[in-house]
Amino acid sequence: MNIYWQLFTSFFKIGAFTFGGGWAMISIIEREIVDKRHWIERDDFLDLLAIAQSLPGILAVNIATAVGDKIKGTRGSVLASLGTILPSFIIILAIAIFLTPETIKSNRALSAIFMGIRPAVVALIIAPVITSAKAAKLTWRTVWIPLVVALMISLNLGTVSSPILYIVLGALGGWGVWYIGQRGIRKKM
Amino acid sequence: MQIYWQLIWAYLKIGIFGFGGGYAMLSLVEHSVVDPGWITEQTFTDIVAISQMTPGPIGINSATYIGFVAPSHVNPELSGIGWGLLGSMVCTLAVVLPSFFLVLYSSHFIRRHNESGVIKAIFSGLRPVVVGLIASAAILLMNRANFCPDGETNQLITSIIICAAAFCLVFFSIPFKGKQVKLHPILVIIMAGLAGYLIYAF
Repeated sequence: MNIYWQLFTSFFKIGAFTFGGGWAMISIIEREIVDKRHWIERDDFLDLLAIAQSLPGILAVNIATAVGDKIKGTRGSVLASLGTILPSFIIILAIAIFLTPETIKSNRALSAIFMGIRPAVVALIIAPVITSAKAAKLTWRTVWIPLVVALMISLNLGTVSSPILYIVLGALGGWGVWYIGQRGIRKKM
Repeated sequence: MQIYWQLIWAYLKIGIFGFGGGYAMLSLVEHSVVDPGWITEQTFTDIVAISQMTPGPIGINSATYIGFVAPSHVNPELSGIGWGLLGSMVCTLAVVLPSFFLVLYSSHFIRRHNESGVIKAIFSGLRPVVVGLIASAAILLMNRANFCPDGETNQLITSIIICAAAFCLVFFSIPFKGKQVKLHPILVIIMAGLAGYLIYAF
């Protein structure tokens, strides 16, 4: 099967089963793209997540664009983004044409199904915390970073809880450590 | 026709200024589409509710839905599936394109300087932060709306069990036909949906 077609169908599947936004895709992408197809390495995937999260726009599409581009360049990024967008585009269009919002909202079976899916989606985001911690090769010197970042962001304190702030700090920190190392003043971090 | 240009402009802005994805973008979307009178506050609330019950990013869901209903809402001459479809397509493209090019450009830039010490250093600083970002996304979603919207203890316990079971199924390998296999996350979502149906639908 053509790799472009595989890329599109993989992301179509990912888009069709992503409930609750970009972070919920990570587990599915790890399984489909990293474990099953071996298209990218897990630590490369972390770098792509950093890019996707630092830029504005819809996180899920940003992730798809970055991953598609890494695998097959610009054409890959177009196919991956389209694959991610199309399932929700088609479903919402069908709802807008054929149903009223009320029929969806008051559907008992659908509400019940989603009462089950929502807690599972949270589990799908906890799992990659652990796999990505391994891929990031955390040591006792760096393990405090994700802990502080997670704590500060979840406290929801406005600007100090903005993810962008920590991305900037992380980038500056990485650069700073490297710069100090370059100048040979390698003191204990 | 003017409505289409207004929609494109509004969604381009959402695509450019919407940071943080998903629900973080919601208030921006709300102001951009409710204030000009393209849809009512009630319709907007409906779209959010539908987004929670359908797959896909909420940014795409809202663009598709609002693009479909806004033209006929503003100008009755534009009612009809063709006009709605046109609105859906322009809104979805407008919200996606700015970040698409930004991501593409950044990735290419970074790949070109792949071997540079600075880029490597920056990413070594970013990786631990990304781990924290994923963790914070998980923590923020452990909320009332996801675990016990009706405030009942039984509901909360059921949700915690579903969450813990889903985690184990997705994270640990189980022996199957002599091999260690991990369940696919999509399968786990389907199982959780089924469990929810069996527990809550009757």
